[in-house]
Amino acid sequence: MIGGLFIYNHKGEVLISRVYRDDIGRNAVDAFRVNVIHARQQVRSPVTNIARTSFFHVKRANIWLAAVTKQNVNAAMVFEFLYKMCDVMTAYFGKISEENIKNNFVLIYELLDEILDFGYPQNSETGALKTFITQQGIKGQHQTKEEQSQITSQVTGQIGWRREGIKYRRNELFLDVLESVNLLMSPQGQVLSAHVSGRVVMKSYLSGMPECKFGMNDKIVIDKQGKGGATDEAGKSSGKQSIAIDDCTFHQCVRLSKFDSERSISFIPPDGEYELMRYRTTKDIILPFRVIPLVREVGRTKLEVKVVIKSNFKPSLLAQKIEVRIPTPLNTSGVQVICMKGKAKYKASENAIVWKIKRMAGMKESQISAEIELLPTNDKKKWARPPISMNFEVPFAPSGLKVRYLKVFESKLNYSDHDVIKWVRYIGRSGIYETRC
Amino acid sequence: MEWASQLCENRHIGAKMTDSKYFTTTKKGEIFELKAELNSDKKEKKKEAVKKVIASMTVGKDVSALFPDVVNCMQTDNLELKKLVYLYLMNYAKSQPDMAIMAVNTFVKDCEDPNPLIRALAVRTMGCIRVDKITEYLCEPLRKCLKDEDPYVRKTAAVCVAKLHDINAQLVEDQGFLDTLKDLISDSNPMVVANAVAALSEIAESHPNSNLLDLNPQSINKLLTALNECTEWGQIFILDCLANYTPRDDRESQSICERVTPRLSHANSAVVLSAVKVLMKFMEMLPKDLDYYGTLLKKLAPPLVTLLSAEPELQYVALRNINLIVQKRPEILKHEMKVFFVKYNDPIYVKLEKLDIMIRLASQANIAQVLAELKEYATEVDVDFVRKAVRAIGRCAIKVEQSAERCVSTLLDLIQTKVNYVVQEAIVVIKDIFRKYPNKYESVIATLCENLDSLDEPEARAAMIWIVGEYAERIDNADELLESFLEGFHDESTQVQLQLLTAIVKLFLKKPTETQELVQQVLSLATQDSDNPDLRDRGYIYWRLLSTDPVAAKEVVLAEKPLISEETDLIEPTLLEELTCHIGTLASVYHKPPSAFVEGSRGVQHKRLPVRAGSGESSESPEASQAVGAVPDTPPPAVIPSQGDLLGDLLNLDLAPPTSSGPPQVPSMPMGGMDLLGGGLDSLLGGDLGGSPAMGGGLASAPAPAAAAPSLAAPASGLDMLFDLGGGVGMPTGSFVVPKAIWLPAMKAKGLEISGTFARRGGVLQMEISLTNKAMSVMTDFAVQFNRNSFGLAPAGPLQVLTPLSPNQTTEVSLPLSTVGPVMKMEPLNNLQVAVKNNIDVFYFSCQYPISILFVEDGKMERQVFLATWKDIPNENESQFQIKDCHVNSDAATSRLQSCNIFTIAKRTVDNQDMLYQSIKLTNGIWILVELRVQTGSPGCMMSVKCRAPEVAQLVFQCYEMVLKTSSEA
Repeated sequence: MIGGLFIYNHKGEVLISRVYRDDIGRNAVDAFRVNVIHARQQVRSPVTNIARTSFFHVKRANIWLAAVTKQNVNAAMVFEFLYKMCDVMTAYFGKISEENIKNNFVLIYELLDEILDFGYPQNSETGALKTFITQQGIKGQHQTKEEQSQITSQVTGQIGWRREGIKYRRNELFLDVLESVNLLMSPQGQVLSAHVSGRVVMKSYLSGMPECKFGMNDKIVIDKQGKGGATDEAGKSSGKQSIAIDDCTFHQCVRLSKFDSERSISFIPPDGEYELMRYRTTKDIILPFRVIPLVREVGRTKLEVKVVIKSNFKPSLLAQKIEVRIPTPLNTSGVQVICMKGKAKYKASENAIVWKIKRMAGMKESQISAEIELLPTNDKKKWARPPISMNFEVPFAPSGLKVRYLKVFESKLNYSDHDVIKWVRYIGRSGIYETRC
Repeated sequence: MEWASQLCENRHIGAKMTDSKYFTTTKKGEIFELKAELNSDKKEKKKEAVKKVIASMTVGKDVSALFPDVVNCMQTDNLELKKLVYLYLMNYAKSQPDMAIMAVNTFVKDCEDPNPLIRALAVRTMGCIRVDKITEYLCEPLRKCLKDEDPYVRKTAAVCVAKLHDINAQLVEDQGFLDTLKDLISDSNPMVVANAVAALSEIAESHPNSNLLDLNPQSINKLLTALNECTEWGQIFILDCLANYTPRDDRESQSICERVTPRLSHANSAVVLSAVKVLMKFMEMLPKDLDYYGTLLKKLAPPLVTLLSAEPELQYVALRNINLIVQKRPEILKHEMKVFFVKYNDPIYVKLEKLDIMIRLASQANIAQVLAELKEYATEVDVDFVRKAVRAIGRCAIKVEQSAERCVSTLLDLIQTKVNYVVQEAIVVIKDIFRKYPNKYESVIATLCENLDSLDEPEARAAMIWIVGEYAERIDNADELLESFLEGFHDESTQVQLQLLTAIVKLFLKKPTETQELVQQVLSLATQDSDNPDLRDRGYIYWRLLSTDPVAAKEVVLAEKPLISEETDLIEPTLLEELTCHIGTLASVYHKPPSAFVEGSRGVQHKRLPVRAGSGESSESPEASQAVGAVPDTPPPAVIPSQGDLLGDLLNLDLAPPTSSGPPQVPSMPMGGMDLLGGGLDSLLGGDLGGSPAMGGGLASAPAPAAAAPSLAAPASGLDMLFDLGGGVGMPTGSFVVPKAIWLPAMKAKGLEISGTFARRGGVLQMEISLTNKAMSVMTDFAVQFNRNSFGLAPAGPLQVLTPLSPNQTTEVSLPLSTVGPVMKMEPLNNLQVAVKNNIDVFYFSCQYPISILFVEDGKMERQVFLATWKDIPNENESQFQIKDCHVNSDAATSRLQSCNIFTIAKRTVDNQDMLYQSIKLTNGIWILVELRVQTGSPGCMMSVKCRAPEVAQLVFQCYEMVLKTSSEA
């Protein structure tokens, strides 16, 4: 199991050091600094073995988090734990920075004492942790016995992510379907790979211990219902598009065995914001934009670039924050750009022409052309021509996913599914959206 | 949410004014000041002081001198202060064991506290204080806490047992904590169960043979129930523990798999990987024809692909594991090639791993896509990545034969970029391609030679030198090229030196006349001027080989190379099996067994995949499935097993060249070559080895073995044979001759069609060839060469095509053969691989010769010898054949066979059956004894063949069949 956990600043100074196992000595702290942080060559693996001691590290801005062990630990678990640690810290004091860590070091030690015991991760849900570890210190001195046992049963219980007795005057929930669409296209317009990775993020402000059921246009479910009989619902849904989900993963509140057997998504949600599910689709993706590049080398000192973008969705919808990034060679001396829409600039420091368009409706097209002057070099190596990348945001889900329902049941309190105010929003963003040129 | 963030802000500001300042105190006399503050009456001041102490501790300052003062602060009702003191205690108790005792009372008291959080804190901290005296006091509070009414305390106590075990294993056993821990597996609270499982698993690891975990169907059932209810971390502990269980039969295995599969949808990648581990392991026990087996395989792919959208560090762990899974069960991900395509901004460690998996998944179906990708990668910036991509192209060529040509042309394109490391890497892989597909892509050698000067890495230089040596006969200036390397011999790395030595020796064996000086130079450099024992040894071996037995030298140096494996760096099957049991862990990331990086007894235990017991209806026997389990889906071994023992027999029987029957030839040229060398060696050796004169003498007097070289007498005999051709088939002087068959169609040889047959005429072996020019241009400069073959057939003279061959013209050529060429067993035995060259190209084909051409004229055995030999040859060497439908009497058979040098020694008649006893001698001196039974009036005969080399029996039978049948038809 994890033998120790260290946090360093960018210089390699230790900010937090907590050792859980006897086999990890103080020298381990220095070994990581010398061999990884101060290494002359960039370290090329997130797992490093130095003198039979293994170091796992992740970096957040300038901060290094390292877990150390001498045993054959579950490596995936260690990384998951390090990410979780970052989440917990962010939930307590915001951005992970040297200053914030120094300011909260006592709190961090308390958290580390609680969420790792002898190197075994324990309950790390912030919802539960915040009931007894706060930034002012530990609650507990002035609690009643009932309160204390409520805390402990929540921390160890089956529903460790939600406390009892939550009350809202207005029961409300927000569902965000956030998708990032990834594309790799060949210069000829052939889709080399495309997939959507999506997340359903839920903000729940519900009283009591509500039982929820979430439904979407999952092909498997809809096909099953279609077979079930000619009910009204089935008749309606067969008219709608359903989508094939390659794979999905759920927050730990979702009953996985129920999903496995009936493919229904039921759960008691944590309070506040959390990620209900992640999913991945590869079929029938709506690619919101198509990039058509044309690069021509005119002699050794000039390049001509023309890029056309076409929007491919309903004309009534508007895409926002469109940015096209056209890479330029390192020996570029000057660039002249002409674009029909938006603003384009050559950014020498980034070796790219950045073309920004604020808004663009569906089924439109726009074009940019640029002349790139090159300095003659004697470098034999050809320019690698990185792909043209694109950023955008569209108000629909490129995978075609639709939320069909989210039902809320709370039998003990007197509110019903109809009383809950529900909001659904779809946002599609570009992930790695690249076209080779 | 808003109130929360606002609160955060406030606290943030509050914290700013307090905590970070502790890091800044670096004055002298600090310890002294702190001491005073710690002993202050004011609570707040005390707390501040302890915080400063912890901050100093964190940055590595030694604050152990403050031990008594800090411990004094422990008796407080301020929980925060208490926690800080505990933190300090855990760090320094070991260095101050006597004073640590002072803390015991407080711990014991805290373990009785009404607040469960404080009870748990006390028992948690106590376990971390590794001082024997304190450990003794720990036992009683721990026992109580293990049975505490509060689950939070119980789950903490469960881990504490593992802590205590780490300090004093005996104590844990004596106090009976292990049993209490086992009871906790049935606890009502899932987190207690999970921690108990984790603690027990850890303790069990250090007692490999104990039956601590005692997993049985009942306890497994409890674990599986807890799995649905506990935290993500608890699920990992339970799944990792489950993976150690071996189900009793396939049904139990299936039911566990069914209950574990829902975990594949968990958001936590570690849960997913641990579930994959359990499934991969238990799947071994499922019969492959089971529907469920197929379903399970299908279910595994999507979650594995999903892991690739996790954070990069986790992707890395996932990819390392997928690498194992792809080797173990390639079918799972074979359609998922695209997800492993490298993204431009993937971290380098992810890129390199993806590339590895891409090559593993490459197949004929997806090779076009893969190659297009690899070509992209080869233009990236990261040198390591580019190199690996280039290497990957080579590996694709070797793995997917259909793609070889495209791979080679891609590599040539890359060489044209002139990027130094790309060129070098490409040359290294082209060498492997040459080895895999000999005689196919040599046309690119010229391009490679152009880049000779830019090679500065040993591996690339060595590869290039190998290519030059291997194809010395096709590279006109091979000697110059190698000579250029020789100039800086001593500055080269060992790898290059060794390769250079071998290459020059190869060159010498191929072109002895021109390269004599060169070989002497390299031998002396390697033996006299080098400190490297490997180089010296190899030098001496070559030297002696060349001076004593050039034929042997040729056989050694130009030996057939074993085939190179399609899959490189595959993990060895037993290791792969062990690593499969460690999916998700560090072992699977390092691809090393835990024993390679874990100290002590922990994890040294080797894990094995379960073996499917033959319980079900499946017909597979346990042994068979064991074999399947042990070496599943592994490709054939990398090196083709060496030639069978038979060849040794064939060779050993008689190595001396045939005496009277051999073709009349004078191996003059090589003889001269050897002489020259002999002299040279003599003088060279004289200075170095004391005994060398004898060696030199031996060489001079040795009967110069004929290295396959054109004989001067051959043209004449070749012409003679042309006349013979007119005589046609069945002439009494010659043996039976098979009609000509097309050996090389014009399509495959740029318009040259070759047909031919073999014959033995007047004791001379010959190959009769018709060359037809079906191309548009004139062909000239014909030459022929044979690959080594079972009986050492080699051209005894050059291929005599007197005039240029015009389009649509056919010429008949007869090529005399000798049987003293290099020997290598072929499959089938009578296979002959031939290379024919003309002004256009070199073409290769293989043909089979009838064994009868090898029957020598003096094959008649004495009767007594025959009898003795017949008895002498063991009965298992006897083969029997039946020749059907041949209407021939024994006399006719005798005479017809005689014309093929099959001699009848005796004849016996029993019950209307004629028994003919016949002997045959092959060119290499092997005797074949035959008993032929001819039934008068019946259309068939029986034959038994006895020979020390039983492999030839089948060929002899074919020969008999053909001779007897053809003649009976005539």
